[in-house]
Amino acid sequence: MKVLVPVKRVVDYSVRVRVKADGSGIDLNGVKMSMNPFDEIALEEAIRLREKGQVDDVTALSIGPRTVQDTLRAALAMGADKAVHIELPADTPIDSLAVAKLLDAIVREDGYSLVLLGKQAIDTDLGGTGPMLAGLLRWPQASFASELTLIDTHLRVVTETDSGLRTLELPLPAVVSADLRLNTPRYASLPNIMKARSRPITVRTPAELGVDVTPRLRQRAVSPPPARAKTAIRVESAADLVRSLRAEGALK
Amino acid sequence: MSILVIADLSGSALNREATAKAINAVRGLDKVSVLVAGYQVAQPAAEVAALEGVARVLVADQAWLAPRLAEDMADIIATLAPGFTHVVAATSASSRSYLPRAAALCDRMVIGDVTRIVDRATFERPIYAGNALEVVESLETGIFLTIRPTSFSASLGVQPPAPIEPLAVEQGAVQTIWISDSVRSDDRPDLATAPIVVSGGRGVGSAEGFQLVVQLADRLGAAVGASRAAVDAGYAASDLQVGQTGKVVAPRLYIAVGISGAIQHVAGMKDSQTVVVINSDTDAPINQIADYVWSTDLFTALPDLIAAL
Repeated sequence: MKVLVPVKRVVDYSVRVRVKADGSGIDLNGVKMSMNPFDEIALEEAIRLREKGQVDDVTALSIGPRTVQDTLRAALAMGADKAVHIELPADTPIDSLAVAKLLDAIVREDGYSLVLLGKQAIDTDLGGTGPMLAGLLRWPQASFASELTLIDTHLRVVTETDSGLRTLELPLPAVVSADLRLNTPRYASLPNIMKARSRPITVRTPAELGVDVTPRLRQRAVSPPPARAKTAIRVESAADLVRSLRAEGALK
Repeated sequence: MSILVIADLSGSALNREATAKAINAVRGLDKVSVLVAGYQVAQPAAEVAALEGVARVLVADQAWLAPRLAEDMADIIATLAPGFTHVVAATSASSRSYLPRAAALCDRMVIGDVTRIVDRATFERPIYAGNALEVVESLETGIFLTIRPTSFSASLGVQPPAPIEPLAVEQGAVQTIWISDSVRSDDRPDLATAPIVVSGGRGVGSAEGFQLVVQLADRLGAAVGASRAAVDAGYAASDLQVGQTGKVVAPRLYIAVGISGAIQHVAGMKDSQTVVVINSDTDAPINQIADYVWSTDLFTALPDLIAAL
């Protein structure tokens, strides 16, 4: 059984991003890039399934310019068996629908039984790719998984909802998106990082896969959020705080 | 042509506020039809029909729709979508699962968590955990949107009921099996819509420490929230998490107790009107967005505060 884990290269979660002065986007100059943390969790889960002997092969896949190969090397160092790079020219915008179509084409070609991916990327915060891919494949889906068990030919998945938890059973093949609490991803060891440098990466293109990646959305402007132009008032006691909150109507 | 809004339901009950916000967000653009899909939904359908601005209610009422699985919701929406200019839902864990699927079935993109509607095809939404806002223009006909509830008003008048039309729907081929829901049941207000939220972070130190946060919330009639650190440490349930992962809240009053204010947490609460920080750390990043900072030992401060209310 083969598992596909799409991994996205994004601005590291610890970086406070800056908007470019001309409003044309985020300033990525010299900014630390990493694997999307939710994809890292998805990859960890796939590797654990392989370590339990329930999965034979874990393939990491990334879409973008040459630089996404860094992310694929990180995936190989963590324990992915194979890496696929769908190459786009530098600075090509791509939206979730096109990503889902590329993944759909790869899944149909290479015969995966499970796609495990992050619930959202922390740059666009959209979370469209998983459900879109499941729709294109007409496969069952589970979003925001916090627990996953593979039993023969089906998955038991506990997912996080707005009011608690929901347990679903999905026949394979299926698409599952990983939430924070699914696991804690491992760190790659130095020897594995070194070994990953010389591992092969299969390079494909959208044209080969017959997918039109023309964006359906145009980003017109990016701006910083309005600042909270307030200086905090220091309070010294409960009575002080309650008086202030009542005075401004925050407490009735 | 008109707009299709997907009603937000919990079981057979209408989430009136979220649904009203989705209707309000788009009713200036065109006539609004609302889809009420679920099981035993006559009551929510009637409630929706009486909401101002609703021209028509479409009802899919089937036992197999009781859990509102993403696969089934997406099939129904994808069948209806070609007759509408926009398909709109309030952002929730549920809509984030079914709406992109429905969009893909229609060969359409989805625009998530919209905070402002600029015009029929142009929308503002937060990116990078709310550290930037993007304005995107859709080049498609047939636009799929989720709207961020905290950015729109729920105030909607009543009207003489709009017509209610039953839909003939059949279950699709995808066989995901619903096993169970475990829903937190208490009498506290809903975190996403409560006017006051009291949240606890790692600083509360233990599940017992978190109970002080709960007691303060109960004294105020507030919802309880938590930072990721508090959830990961097992002090609070995952559905209480406020942040980029978790819920986005914008209450009248947000009280952060023992929370340092990671970017990811601030993303979920920075639109709150008044922010109070109670923390022993005088330099916590969350102080930068606070209106009131009380630097103190929270274990003595919270009982004092409860007594002072």
